Amino acid sequence: MGELSRLTLAAARDGLRRGDFTAREITEDCLAEIDAADALNAVVTKTPERARAMADAADARLKAGDAPDMCGLPLGVKDLFCTEGVKSQAASNILGGFTPPYESTTTAKLWAEGAVMLGKLNMDEFAMGSSNETSCYGPVASPWRREGANAPLTPGGSSGGSAAAVAADLCLAATGTDTGGSIRQPAAFTGIVGVKPTYGRVSRWGIVAFASSLDQAGPMVKSVRDGAIMLRAMAGLDTKDSTSADIPVPDFEAALTGDIRGKTIGIPREYRIDGMPDEIEALWTKGREMLADAGAKVVDISLPHTKYALPAYYIIAPAEASSNLARYDGVRYGARAKLAADDGVTEMFEKTRAEGFGAEVRSRVMVGAYVLSAGYYDAYYLRAQKVRTLIRRDFETAFADGVDAILTPATPSAAFALGEVGGDDPVAMYLNDVFTVTVNLAGLPGVAVPAGLDGAGLPLGLQLIGRPWEEADMLNIAQALENAAGFSAKPARWW
Amino acid sequence: MSVDKDTVRRVAHLARIAVAEDELAPLGDRLNAILDFADQLAEVDVNDVEPMTSVTPMALRQRDDVVTDGGDVEKVLMNAPAARQGFFAVPKVVE
Repeated sequence: MGELSRLTLAAARDGLRRGDFTAREITEDCLAEIDAADALNAVVTKTPERARAMADAADARLKAGDAPDMCGLPLGVKDLFCTEGVKSQAASNILGGFTPPYESTTTAKLWAEGAVMLGKLNMDEFAMGSSNETSCYGPVASPWRREGANAPLTPGGSSGGSAAAVAADLCLAATGTDTGGSIRQPAAFTGIVGVKPTYGRVSRWGIVAFASSLDQAGPMVKSVRDGAIMLRAMAGLDTKDSTSADIPVPDFEAALTGDIRGKTIGIPREYRIDGMPDEIEALWTKGREMLADAGAKVVDISLPHTKYALPAYYIIAPAEASSNLARYDGVRYGARAKLAADDGVTEMFEKTRAEGFGAEVRSRVMVGAYVLSAGYYDAYYLRAQKVRTLIRRDFETAFADGVDAILTPATPSAAFALGEVGGDDPVAMYLNDVFTVTVNLAGLPGVAVPAGLDGAGLPLGLQLIGRPWEEADMLNIAQALENAAGFSAKPARWW
Repeated sequence: MSVDKDTVRRVAHLARIAVAEDELAPLGDRLNAILDFADQLAEVDVNDVEPMTSVTPMALRQRDDVVTDGGDVEKVLMNAPAARQGFFAVPKVVE
C-alpha cells in the first residue's frame, strides 16, 4: 500500500494517461495512507465517499480523452478553503460545524480540472501561527523526527497539515495559503516545495480571510514541476475577487527548462541576521554556488528596510484581521456562547468571541483594534503602511538594477519541537517568518525549495523571490536549484 | 508605549471580546511585547512616504450595480446558530 500516493503530480498525470493505473487506484492508496496516519493529526475531515466519486468521474474523463493536467490527482485541502457541503472551520471553534453552501473559486477550479478531494487539512487557527499549535484540532506532528529522537516536531505553520500530508505521502499535493510565510515556512520544515504566487494571481474568494492585502493561496507539492502544474490550475482572473488580476496565466510548466544561463540572482546582505545558525549560512552559500555553477550571475544586493518587515507585518496583519474577524459574532454562522437570561446582544458578541477564538487569535484581534483606534492609528498603522511602501521600493530598486530573482534561506532554523518556541513570548514565534514576510508585504511571488539536511537529519529549504507576475521565470530558477540540490530524503515512517 | 489594565479593558470592548478581570494583566503583557517589538518602526524616516494602499498598483475593478445572486434565504440561514421565520435571531436589542 502507498506506492501510488508517493507519486508526484507529474508522474501520476503521465501514468494515468499511459493507463499504468487508474485515478481510483491512486485515490484508494491515499485514503488508506490517511487512515493509517491519524497520529500525525494532519487530516481533520476525511471525505472518502466524495473522493471515490470524484476519482471515478476522473477515470471516465481520462477514458474519453478529455483530461486536463490535474485530472484524477488526489489532493488535500487546507481547512481555510470553503468547500461546498464539507465542514470548513479554519481550525477555529468559532466556526464550529460551519458547512459552506458554496465552493471557493480556487478549489472549484481544481475540481473542474478533475482533481480529487481527499479531505480537509489541519492548520493554525485562522492561519495565525508558525507551528500549527494554535489549531482547535490540536497540533500536527511532523512526519520528520530528529535522528535518534522521538520528540514530536512541528511541521511549521500555518499550512502545517498541508505540509505534513504532502511530506508523509498522504496525498499527491495540497493547497496552502501564505500571509507571512505560511506556505514557504512549513514547506521548508518538511522537505517539500511551496509556492506563494504574486498577490492577485490566485483568487481569494471563498477562502476564510486573515489579512486581505497579504493572503495568497498556492500549491504545496513534491517538486518544482508539480508547483508549476498546480499553480496553473489554481490561477486566473476571478470577478468575485476585486483584487484578482486580469493577467494571462502562462504555461508555467513549459517554462521549466532548468537553463538559467544569463540570469542575475541577488543575494540580499540584510538577510544575514544575528545568531543565524552556521548550517543555514552554509546552505545559503551552497545555494549561491549551485546557481552560479548553473550559469547564473550572482550579485550582492541591498534591501535596506528588511529589518522592519516583521514589525510592520505585526501591525498590518492584526489590523486587517481585527476587521476581517469582526464577522464572527455568533449571529450568522458557527458557534454562539450560552447566554444568561438578561444578556443583550453586546454580551452575546463578547462571550461568543471570547469562547470561540483561541488565545493567539484573541490577542491579535486586540492588537489590531488597538493600532486602528483613535490616538494610535497614525503612530502604528499609518506608519507601518509607509514602511511597507519602503519595503516594496527596495525590491523595485533591485529588480530595476537587473536582478531576476533573489536567493535567501527559507527559515532561520530547521523544525523545532512542539512546545519549544513561544510560550509567554509571542515575538519569539514570529521570528520564524523573518525571511518570508517581506514577500507578502511587497506582493511578490516566492518559492521554498528543499536543499539539504541539518546535523539532526531535518530538512532545510532555500527561498527564491521573483519579480511580480514572473512566477514562470522564478520556478525555472527553482528548477535549476532543485536539479543541483538533488534533495531526495524522506521521513522514516513511525506513524 | 505601555498598555495598562484600563487600556486592555477598553481594547477588549472595542474588539467585542469578553476578558475576565484577572486576565487583563497577562493580556496586557502580551500586547506590550508585541507593541514593543513594533516600536522599532519609529526609527524609520517616513517623511514624504506615501502609505501603501494597494499591494499591486492597479485600480479595483467595478461591476455594474445589478443583482447577480440572491433569493437564497435558506442557504443564508442554514449555518445560523438561531433563526426564526426567515430571519437571524438575536437577544432583544430594543427595550
